[in-house]
Amino acid sequence: MYKIVIIDDEPLARSIVKEYLQKHTELELSQECGDGFEGVKAIQQHKPDLIFLDIQMPKINGFEMLELVDERPAVIFTTAFDEYAIKAFEAHAIDYLLKPFNQERFDKAIAKWLQQADSTKESTKDLLETASLSPAQAQRIVIKDGSKIKIIPAHEVFYLEAADDYVKVHTKDGYFLKSKTMGHFEQVLDANQFVRSHRSYIINISQITRIDPYEKDNHVAVLKSGAKVPVSRSGYPKLKSVLGF
Amino acid sequence: MIWYGCSFEIAIIDALVSTIHLLLASLLLLNTLRYYMPQKERFIHLFAWCVFLTAIIIILTRLELTGLLIHNHGYSEFFDRSVVIRISLYFLFIGCIALMSVIWYNRVEQDERGKRKQDLEKLAKDAELFKLRQQLQPHFLFNSLNSINALIGVRPAEARKMVQQLSDFLRGTLKKEEQQWVNLKEEMQYLQLYLDIEKVRFGNRLSTVVNTDESAENLKLPALLLQPIVENAIKFGLYDTMGETIIIISAKNEDNKLIVEVQNPFDPETSAPQQGTGFGLKSVQRRLFLLFARNDLLKTTAKENIFTTTVTIPQHV
Repeated sequence: MYKIVIIDDEPLARSIVKEYLQKHTELELSQECGDGFEGVKAIQQHKPDLIFLDIQMPKINGFEMLELVDERPAVIFTTAFDEYAIKAFEAHAIDYLLKPFNQERFDKAIAKWLQQADSTKESTKDLLETASLSPAQAQRIVIKDGSKIKIIPAHEVFYLEAADDYVKVHTKDGYFLKSKTMGHFEQVLDANQFVRSHRSYIINISQITRIDPYEKDNHVAVLKSGAKVPVSRSGYPKLKSVLGF
Repeated sequence: MIWYGCSFEIAIIDALVSTIHLLLASLLLLNTLRYYMPQKERFIHLFAWCVFLTAIIIILTRLELTGLLIHNHGYSEFFDRSVVIRISLYFLFIGCIALMSVIWYNRVEQDERGKRKQDLEKLAKDAELFKLRQQLQPHFLFNSLNSINALIGVRPAEARKMVQQLSDFLRGTLKKEEQQWVNLKEEMQYLQLYLDIEKVRFGNRLSTVVNTDESAENLKLPALLLQPIVENAIKFGLYDTMGETIIIISAKNEDNKLIVEVQNPFDPETSAPQQGTGFGLKSVQRRLFLLFARNDLLKTTAKENIFTTTVTIPQHV
């Protein structure tokens, strides 16, 4: 018996998936969820084998939700129209259902999943890398803080700091850990707003109050919060050009 | 009678021949300039052309008068003595003609260019307005079809109703291309179709309140203007908050101007303020600018957790 979870914000969109599931007696619906927050909880609780996931949902989209899940199930995406997402699916050979879809197409997706249940998980990981570069996700950083989910608008970030396999996202409420690389954030965040001042630091330039010299050749940026962020020899000219001094 | 030592007859012939040559030269000049207008820096060409014409007609007049028409020794001497005056007069005359025609043809060309530019601008404006009106979100269309697909199995009567609503809505976007202006009552009926479809899609999460003052019902507005504003409000409300989303639409008549207000909830903690005016509103703003040449007719305000979009429609007198 396989466990299934459906995550979609439109009730009728969930009901059509339920209807199509009926003839697959080996699949059992554990829960249906109307948003990503419920989705994260349901996945943790039921540990489903397969989820049906919509992309456009309230607060956090389908991709952001997946990033918050530690043990990722196999995913079949269901979406109406999202050029960006469809490109990402095709790039990573992930199966997706374009709404509206019929029973036949649905059965095909299930059959494909049953055949290659393991390999789909790997491609999901690659897919998330691509999806996290989307313009929508440059506006905010979604983080799991214990059992809570925190959405940090990009403009509220003070600075980012590398910490092993994680990045510390410093905000007015302290820092939060996100398992991403510095390179990822450098690529995603608005380059006119965020500058990589140092191998291990990215600064939100609207937070800078002054830049002081520090030891020989180096500088340090002082933020509104009082935090001091290192600026390397190669980071200094980058700050200079963005700030225009 | 004697004029400067010439007989009346000779004077007449001289005057006639000279004038004919001058007129021919002027005609030639006019025709040349009609097809070939010198560039700004090339007026030296025009000057050379005038000198050349003057020389040609002086030589021709001299040859014809002294050689063919008047066999009088005293006359050729007289001609040579008056040649400087003749050259000056010819050159002055031809120069004046050249100057006047350059000015005239420039005017004509400028007028034509201006008219062409106007035509082009109108064409581009019409095309853009058409496109802005036609913008339909594919996301909306496919999700509605998906809802219908789900309803067919469980509640076929509702599925039929929604097919009807969606058809009427789509027909509305196609039909209104000729009649740019509609009254508020019509636009509201059309908007209601859209709201009903969205309510089927989102179920209990979406509810709407519509308040229209009776005095505003007959005021005019550009067709299909309100739907993108409401669509933006619904999206903003539904995707930025978790609970129930109430969209409030109110219309009133203020000093014979139509004021429509659309309100949606949002979460001030997670929405950057500049995100408020999404793409949907930009196209409305552009449309209003093309129609009224004003940029102050669409306003947005965010207060606590309510986002308000206000549109003002001046009425044609």
